[in-house]
Amino acid sequence: MRITEHPILQFPIQREVNFTFNGQELKGYEGEPIAAALHANGIKELRHSLKDHRARGLFCAIGNCSSCLMEVNGEPNVRVCVEELKGGMVVNTQAGKGTFRGE
Amino acid sequence: MLKTEIAIIGGGPAGMTAAIAAAGEGARVTLIDRSKLLGGQLVKQTHRFFGSEKEHAGTRGIQIVDLLKTEIEKNPRIEVKTDTTVLGIYDDGVMTLEEGSTYKKLTAQRTIITTGAAEKMLTFPNNDLPGVMGAGAVQTLMNQYGVIPGSKVLMIGAGNIGLIVSYQLMQAGVKVAAIIEAAPRIGGYRVHAAKIQRLGVPILTSHTIKHAFGRGSVKGAFIYQLDDNWNEVPGTEKELDVDVICLAVGLSPLVELLWHTGCEMKYIPQLGGYVPIKDENLETSKKGVFVAGDVSGVEEASSAMLEGKIAGLSAAESLGYAKNVNQLRLESLQELEVLRSGKSGTKIREGLRMLVG
Amino acid sequence: MFETVGLVTLEMVEKILPTLERRKKGPYVLSECFQEIPCNPCYTACKLGGVEPFEDINNTPKINYDKCTGCALCVSACPGLACFVIDETYSEAEASLKLPYEFLPLPQVGQWVDGLDRQGDVVGNVRVIKVQNQKGLDHTSVITVAVPKEKLLIVRNIRLGGAE
Repeated sequence: MRITEHPILQFPIQREVNFTFNGQELKGYEGEPIAAALHANGIKELRHSLKDHRARGLFCAIGNCSSCLMEVNGEPNVRVCVEELKGGMVVNTQAGKGTFRGE
Repeated sequence: MLKTEIAIIGGGPAGMTAAIAAAGEGARVTLIDRSKLLGGQLVKQTHRFFGSEKEHAGTRGIQIVDLLKTEIEKNPRIEVKTDTTVLGIYDDGVMTLEEGSTYKKLTAQRTIITTGAAEKMLTFPNNDLPGVMGAGAVQTLMNQYGVIPGSKVLMIGAGNIGLIVSYQLMQAGVKVAAIIEAAPRIGGYRVHAAKIQRLGVPILTSHTIKHAFGRGSVKGAFIYQLDDNWNEVPGTEKELDVDVICLAVGLSPLVELLWHTGCEMKYIPQLGGYVPIKDENLETSKKGVFVAGDVSGVEEASSAMLEGKIAGLSAAESLGYAKNVNQLRLESLQELEVLRSGKSGTKIREGLRMLVG
Repeated sequence: MFETVGLVTLEMVEKILPTLERRKKGPYVLSECFQEIPCNPCYTACKLGGVEPFEDINNTPKINYDKCTGCALCVSACPGLACFVIDETYSEAEASLKLPYEFLPLPQVGQWVDGLDRQGDVVGNVRVIKVQNQKGLDHTSVITVAVPKEKLLIVRNIRLGGAE
């Protein structure tokens, strides 16, 4: 959910772009972190841990902790809390270490 | 190979004031930050700052960033590299950087490390569930990106960060079910606590979290009361209906790059963990490497700005740019001492004493 | 209460009240700031010398009630939102209370809202008589409400209707 009215801050409406999350088509703002776009769409579960497949999500939101790693456009281990959303991005929940599709 | 006179790693309040001070004396400065924006954690601080007029008291953190950024843009001797992560500092003094997605190398005659601190973790069952976030993360989502983290929050920690972020959550329209603090008294400013309680948010001291629960994300938590020995008081378990559990249990200095330099480090709990030994000019035991701000001891933004100034002046001085250094540095040292002189400065004074002791 | 969770008690407030004589003269500020922290924007904001100069920035503010006119500049300047201006001469039964408010939506003049005590409990309805939110207040608006005189030391926040 997005904040529309805030007593101190201004949140100007930005350019909306489409992206997919696990095949589902969603909208987000161009340039915002992918994690913010996902949360704005109510999505908190970002990946599953390696051994016990536990749900993991956002923790530090500034690129420190590795909790938010997802597969973006085929590339695994993308820190979606800092990676900027671009139109057409294909974002998928990462299971474990993810797979790196080589050349 | 890029070259500069003073490399400042970390563009938060300490880094920015260091850059302004050093360049003000005439040194060439490269200010590096891994984020796309300068300002560090200041960009999320919507509340008015304390301190005195000189440290921008009464001004909101977000506005202080703009003031500092304007000064930086005005000075041609400051080169700013954002979206640039310093990957390592090598024995030969070479720094490796990832600028955007390009790998580069940089040598600097002096280095000021102002990388700040990061949220500590708390252990409890299911603390890895989506919805369990650091307080800084909640601030980032809300104040930087305008996205609400959830609808009902349990805040763990009643230091200034826990109290301030709770207030900011309420301002964003998110309900805070409770603020719990394991200690028998809160650590934050009493005025912050007053602000939040008159909104109807209870502060429960001597309380901690038992566990979180939920499938896929947080659906609730159980809390309980602690006795004088930090043990659970039986029968006090309470269930809270929350979808966000916010951890504000302290910060740890981000000292990875300092370890790279080989400077002497000491573990000091009052300062947040491992911190570098530093002299009064904020130079570490590794000659030419200076520190300022939370990375050298978790404190406040106002002290970070003063320390940044001192480190910037000292680094410039060591390169021969010393016209106004003594006077400006003395002023900053005196202001810092005043800030730390009261009762609320006890912890930091203890920590700093242990650093030299 | 204050030491553990920062709840200001009536006892503490009564100690900083000006004289009865002064209270009957007109508006005055109550700075409910009781902890020694390095802070002095109240002093910097007051143009009339109503806040004594700080010998030590860690001291709690000392109000000069001869100079304070209750203009409420300090109400929005205080980072701790701890200043409240009270005017006991507002009417026979009511006092006016100026409090800092940083939430949306802002109330409307004439609106009845919940009056909350320091723990956020509703203690009655109060009437909004002024809303100040000009640019110079930097988003800390000052709301003036009329409160029954017996509640002037109790009401410290408002809540617009509709909230639970």
